[in-house]
Amino acid sequence: MDTRSRPSAKPWVVPFHTIGRSVIDLVDNLGAATIFFGKAFLLIFRPKQFPEIVQQIYHIGARSSNIVLLIGLFTGMVLGLQLYYTLVKFGSEGLLGSVVALSLIREMGPVLTAIMITARAGSSMAAEIGIMRISEQIDALYTMKIDPVRYLVSPRVAASIISFPLLTAFFDLIGILGGYLTGVILLGGNGGTYFSRIQSSVDLADIRGGFVKSLVFAVIVSTICCYQGYFTHMRLDSHGARSVSLSTTSAVVLSCVMVLIADYVVTSILM
Amino acid sequence: METPLIEFRDVTKRFGDRTVLDRVNLEIYENQITTIMGKSGAGKSVLLKHIIGLLPPDTGTILFQGKPINKMRKGQWDRYRSQISYLFQNNALFDSMTVFDNVALPLRQTTAMGPKEIEKKVMARIEQTDLTEAAAKYPSELSGGMQKRVALARALVTDPAIVLFDEPTTGQDPIRKNVILSTIAHYRKKFGFTAVLVSHDIPDVYFISDRIILLWEGKIAFQGPYEESMKVDYPMAEEFLRSLEGFQDELTGLLSKQMFRARYAITLNERQTERTVTAVLFSVHFDLLVEALGHVAAAEVLKALGKYINTNFTPLGGFSVRTHTGEILAILPYTDFQEGQQLVKNFGEGLQKEALSKMEALTEAKIGIASCFEISVYAGITEANSSEDIDRIIGKARANQGIIAIHRCDPKGGGI
Repeated sequence: MDTRSRPSAKPWVVPFHTIGRSVIDLVDNLGAATIFFGKAFLLIFRPKQFPEIVQQIYHIGARSSNIVLLIGLFTGMVLGLQLYYTLVKFGSEGLLGSVVALSLIREMGPVLTAIMITARAGSSMAAEIGIMRISEQIDALYTMKIDPVRYLVSPRVAASIISFPLLTAFFDLIGILGGYLTGVILLGGNGGTYFSRIQSSVDLADIRGGFVKSLVFAVIVSTICCYQGYFTHMRLDSHGARSVSLSTTSAVVLSCVMVLIADYVVTSILM
Repeated sequence: METPLIEFRDVTKRFGDRTVLDRVNLEIYENQITTIMGKSGAGKSVLLKHIIGLLPPDTGTILFQGKPINKMRKGQWDRYRSQISYLFQNNALFDSMTVFDNVALPLRQTTAMGPKEIEKKVMARIEQTDLTEAAAKYPSELSGGMQKRVALARALVTDPAIVLFDEPTTGQDPIRKNVILSTIAHYRKKFGFTAVLVSHDIPDVYFISDRIILLWEGKIAFQGPYEESMKVDYPMAEEFLRSLEGFQDELTGLLSKQMFRARYAITLNERQTERTVTAVLFSVHFDLLVEALGHVAAAEVLKALGKYINTNFTPLGGFSVRTHTGEILAILPYTDFQEGQQLVKNFGEGLQKEALSKMEALTEAKIGIASCFEISVYAGITEANSSEDIDRIIGKARANQGIIAIHRCDPKGGGI
């Protein structure tokens, strides 16, 4: 039963109640998700976790690599095209390599990689754990004295923390090559300038910033997706298969939104 | 007085406005099989989930060996939990894992056993539950009955001290129901665990249970040995228990116990001048059969025996009931004692020649030179009259029992 407070009969109270209720729910969920992540993170270092983590790295990391590389290639190619024509107007086409590389390494690489992994692996995390929840498989783990958070969530969090930076690096690399394909090979820019500008303009701080972002996104995506699946039975708006479907949708939407919000926060801290 | 292994004291559980358990007090004793019965939705599974800690009580206390489980320290709680295994009503198998991996998971995750040791133990459980051919399959590729057996194998693989079985026989055919219940009884004896099961498979569940607990509208309507289960204070609960029995024993096709009693009373009343009837008690050593042939074949032997008794005695106006797992009582109302003796002798010869010799054809019997087996069928004949209750008649007939048919395997092939 929903034991939460109900709005007063006075109509003018309803908007305040609705806003207040939403804020309390948000704070509740943020707190619960933080504790959930903290527990999952600490349990990564328990025995017997290694094989599960490797399996999840394969699922979240290796199996996402094709789509990440494809998106990286086309993102770089589009950047090459757009920026070449823009920079030519100012006679600055020599800066193409710098702009493509910095855009990718600082911003687009971590964000787009996180969103692509959310769409591919995050949704499956939420759905798989959600189905296990509604079919009592998580209860079965508990009865076998297997901590469900340790067995199901920790390996996914660990695998995300390992996979996100690696896939982001691949995304950046293939994106830079994509920019080279359009800006240099297709449109006739100078190849040597393209790479020398990258070398001269990209600092270790840029790479570090991208790396930090990808780590933050890994934590956000894995926590939100696992949390949504794990507590799918607690949803007040639905039950059974519908709750799994809504949890999966929420996991993807919330992850993407939180990735973009976190991107702004981390960027403002790093700049 | 013996301290209960698990005790509920005034346990109440509500889901919203609905009270599922209402100040429940019950005891579960060590090394016994306790069966919980009750209507669908009566809270039987909720009760089991309280024992393992999946659900906490709203009020009241659950004690383990006299200690409240909610006041246990982490170490004590872990030790308590590691002794319990749970078989879920819907099996709760991991559908992305094979049968082998499902059964192996608790060993891989909670023990320090090596892969070879785990494989040996898992394969032993898989063989014992007749799942050898399904070991590499996924749960979705198996029938409901096989899935149930996978869950059973998984629940028993850690050699738990307490096993909670939530409707272990649901969706099984009569042979498998008998097999699962006799497996539980057999393992309980072999490994010495305490079993708590939710089941309605009368009469088999009565035969294997030491205690019955009847949950009725959130309260305990009855708890105690099954012989006393008809002394229920709640009229509707008594009606419910009778309805569970039905008319026929599913496994053997013989009468249910209540039908048998009714028929027996009618027979004695209709024959007021001649109030004596002949009673024959047939039995096999079911545990020895299980040891020799395996659970499935042992149940097949029992089924064949019931069928043979029915075929032979029903045309003579006789009627029979299974009084224990391997024991059948037949009443021959129109046959006197001497005729009865001759009848049983002929029956024994026929049984040996026709039914027992076919046992070797049972597909799942483990028959071979290395594992010879013997099936002995015993029978005891007695006279009974209306002043005697059925238990006394059984006692008298049991005292007169002797072997009437025997089948020994012949290493060269063919029975003796």
